[in-house]
Amino acid sequence: MTLAATTVPTFSPTHRLQWEESQQKYVILYPEGMVELSESAAEILKLCDGTRAFPEIVTELEQKFETDGLTDDVREFLEIALDNGWIKDRPHH
Amino acid sequence: MAGSKTAPITNPRWLLAELTYRCPLQCPYCSNPLDFAEHLNELGTDEWLRVLSEARAMGAVQLGFSGGEPLTRGDLTTLVRHARALGYYSNLITSGYGLSEEKIVELRTAGLDHIQVSIQAPEKTLNDQLAGTESFENKKQVARLVKKHGYPMVLCVVIHRRNIHQMREILEMAIELQADYLELANTQYYGWAHLNREQLLPTREQFEQAEAIAQEYKKALQGKMKIYYVVPDYYEDRPKACMNGWGTTFLTIAPDGMALPCHAARELPDLRCPNVRDMSIRDIWLHSEAFNAFRGDEWMQEPCRSCPEKAKDFGGCRCQAYLMTGDTRRTDPVCGLSPDRHLIDRIISAAGQSEARPLTFRNVRNSKALVPPH
Repeated sequence: MTLAATTVPTFSPTHRLQWEESQQKYVILYPEGMVELSESAAEILKLCDGTRAFPEIVTELEQKFETDGLTDDVREFLEIALDNGWIKDRPHH
Repeated sequence: MAGSKTAPITNPRWLLAELTYRCPLQCPYCSNPLDFAEHLNELGTDEWLRVLSEARAMGAVQLGFSGGEPLTRGDLTTLVRHARALGYYSNLITSGYGLSEEKIVELRTAGLDHIQVSIQAPEKTLNDQLAGTESFENKKQVARLVKKHGYPMVLCVVIHRRNIHQMREILEMAIELQADYLELANTQYYGWAHLNREQLLPTREQFEQAEAIAQEYKKALQGKMKIYYVVPDYYEDRPKACMNGWGTTFLTIAPDGMALPCHAARELPDLRCPNVRDMSIRDIWLHSEAFNAFRGDEWMQEPCRSCPEKAKDFGGCRCQAYLMTGDTRRTDPVCGLSPDRHLIDRIISAAGQSEARPLTFRNVRNSKALVPPH
C-alpha cells in the first residue's frame, strides 16, 4: 500500500500498542498475536494518533532525533504498518 | 534435571486460562482430556486472580480465557477486569452459545480485547449435529454482535472430514459475517479428536482441494480478512514447532489448577504437573520438574539430537510422540526423518475407509464411561 502526503496515519482501534516492562520494548497486541517493535518503529507508531499527517510525523521525528532525511525510512515502515493493519489510512478532511 | 544446562529459561508470553471443563456443546474433536469429568474441582475467583497477577509478573501478556465454555463462569467479568488492569491482552475463546448482547457490552467495558467465536459448519444441520446442541443461528447472531460492539472479530472453524468439503461455504460465511480474522483450524489429533480420528481425518485429496480454495480466498481477501490456516500436520513432512518449544512461551492452567506446558500435556504419563494450589507460578515455571522435562535438547533421541533442524522444530510434539509410540522422548513421528513415520503413513492410508462407526461426543457421560473409576 502506498502512502499519500495527506494521509493521517491512525493507530488501529483493534490493535494495542503497549510498553512491556519484562521485554524492555514496545509491542503491538492483536488477537492471539504480538509483534515486538524496534525503538524507531515504536517512536513512529506513537505519533500515529490521528492528529498528524505523514509529513508532520517525519518533521517531528527529525526534530526529536536532531537529524534529517528520514522521509524514506518512515514511509517504508508506515507502508508495512498499513499492510499489517496496525494503522489505518485516514485521509485529511 | 533433564533440560539443557546451556539454554537460558525464557519468560512465559502466553497464558491459557482454562476456566472450566463445563460446556453446553459436545464437539467430538474437543482438545480437553478424555478424563475431564474427573477434574471438575475448579479454582475459585481469588485463586484465578492470583494466577493472573503472578503470570503477568513473569512476563505473560497474551491471555486466553478458554475451557470448556468460559462463559459458564459467573466471575468472568471480574477476571477480565483484573486482566485489563494488569495489562494483558485478553482473548475470549468461546462457542458463543448463550452470549447475550448485554454480556458482550459488559465484557467490553471490563476491558476484554477480543472474542473468538467458533462455528462448527457453514450450515445449520451439520453445525448443530457436530455441536450436539442446536446453536447455529445463535452463533451467527453472536458473531454479528461482536462486530457491532467494536471487537476484532475472529471466526474459528475446526476442519475435518465432515466439513472439509464445505471450505468454500465456510469462507463465504466468514465474508458475510465480516470477520476480521478467520482461523481454519485443521483438527489436531489429541484428546477427543484422537479418540475420533478414524471418523475425522480427511484424505490427502480432500486436504489438497480444501487448501487450494483457502489459498485462493487468502489472496483475494488480502488486506480485508486475515486467514490463519492451521496445517494438518499428518500431511506435512516436518513436525510443527510445538508450543514454540517446551516451557519457552506457553503456560496453560487447567480448571483444577494444574499447570501444563501445553494444553494437551495432561495426557502424558509420569509428567507430575504441578498445581497452582501448591506452588507459585514463578516456581512452577522455573523449578518444576514438568516444565523442565523437555527444555533445551539434552532429552532428545536420534535423529533429533544431531539434527540441524532441532533448533527450528524442537523435535516436534511430545504428546504426539507419546500417543503414537508410547515414548514421550521420541522424534515426533510426523517427521519424515523419524523411524516411526510409517505409523502416520498407515493412518493416512486408512483415512476415509471407515464411515460406519459413530462419533463419540465429548460429554460427562462419555468421559466417565471411557475412564473407569479408580
